[in-house]
Amino acid sequence: MADPLADAVRAGDPRAVARAISLVEDGGAAGATVLAALSGAVGRAHRIGITGPPGVGKSTLLAALGQRWRAAGRRVGIVAVDPTSPFTGGALLGDRVRMGALYGDPGVFIRSLASRGALGGVSAGTHDAADVLDAAGFDPVVVETVGVGQGEVAVAAVADTVVVVVAPGHGDGVQAMKGGLLETADLLVVNQADREGAEGLAAELRAAIELRERGRRPDVLLTTASEGRGVAELAAAIDAHRRDLAAAGGLGARRAERALARVRDEVDRRRARAFWTARAGDLARLVAEVVDGRMTVAAAADRLDDVRPPEPPRS
Amino acid sequence: MTTPSAPDRPIRVLVAKAGLDGHDRGAKVVAAALRDAGFEVVYTGLRQTPEMIVEAALQEDVDAVGLSIHSGAHMTLFPRVVALLAARGLSHVLVTGGGIIPPADAAALEAQGVGRLFGPGTPTRDLVEYLRTTVGERRARRAVASG
Repeated sequence: MADPLADAVRAGDPRAVARAISLVEDGGAAGATVLAALSGAVGRAHRIGITGPPGVGKSTLLAALGQRWRAAGRRVGIVAVDPTSPFTGGALLGDRVRMGALYGDPGVFIRSLASRGALGGVSAGTHDAADVLDAAGFDPVVVETVGVGQGEVAVAAVADTVVVVVAPGHGDGVQAMKGGLLETADLLVVNQADREGAEGLAAELRAAIELRERGRRPDVLLTTASEGRGVAELAAAIDAHRRDLAAAGGLGARRAERALARVRDEVDRRRARAFWTARAGDLARLVAEVVDGRMTVAAAADRLDDVRPPEPPRS
Repeated sequence: MTTPSAPDRPIRVLVAKAGLDGHDRGAKVVAAALRDAGFEVVYTGLRQTPEMIVEAALQEDVDAVGLSIHSGAHMTLFPRVVALLAARGLSHVLVTGGGIIPPADAAALEAQGVGRLFGPGTPTRDLVEYLRTTVGERRARRAVASG
């Protein structure tokens, strides 16, 4: 399909890449057209997810990794996601503050996205933006998100390699294991390793991984991103993960998982939009009854929801 | 290449501190106020060169660039950003900002294609209103231009 914008993206024109990302993020027909025209060019990049609680140094670590990749001659694409305020719809996208070392360099394309209400910090636009960077020839393409617990499936779905970053002083290891964040890790990084408690946290995480009976058994690495320590080892581990995954035939499985999650998300989103648009009036009326104490939440949901579960057998 | 933005897409603004002074309080206050007004604000932090600002504006596909300048270098920095944006095909991006800028300088800069500049103590709602109006007009003009 001839599409001038898609052609310019494939040629690596940064303005076209920027426009295409805006279009796919908006989720309209124009974005769908661009994605369709790009689909044949997507899939070459190593897709990396970096997630973890706020304040552990994800952006700083990514900047340090980015410098290594640049030194190796690779063109780096970054999608950095920050939360949209549920109250105003606005967002403060601040990841560039810690990535000063990378920009101004045309070999690094950084795009800050607002989560625009997506759970887990990864909106459909995030995947699509990563696809655009992939098609434009950036490799690796890194998605950085705030992982708050619900993000696990979403982040795993964006990436071939998921790096979960934690740091001492941001809750103990048990805290970090809640919410399933660690289950999705291909690599676990204890950043800010110069701080007290880093070794202890790493030991705690290793012990927890040992106890796990199934699922991934990520390596635990220590880094001090602000000083560049441990970054070479992390970069090597990221490459090795992808190599091992490909050798074991897991890359295709991971990508199938990603495609499945994205298709399901898209259907869910469309249905939710259609449903709530059609039922806005009923919703307002039923909510008023709930507020007045004349109806329970469950009863209101029953009235709204067409698909009711079968009646349980009476005892 | 000139596909218009969806009309309901949030206004995206890059907020940057140009020059070498380290006062970013004003920029942070503005960034927070714009977020609270429902804008998506890309905040880039201190000591940005015009080249860095323009590269970021391009990659982030912003509607406007807000520069905070307290170093006295506004007569150099604002026109430089406007010129670099134009050179990258981004003349639709509004350049606005604030700092300690004498009215005569502000008028001279406006004649060079810089948008309105806001002095200290300006209520942030004035800036919000200005951005909404001006970005709205520019988006409409681009949509018409691209048919």
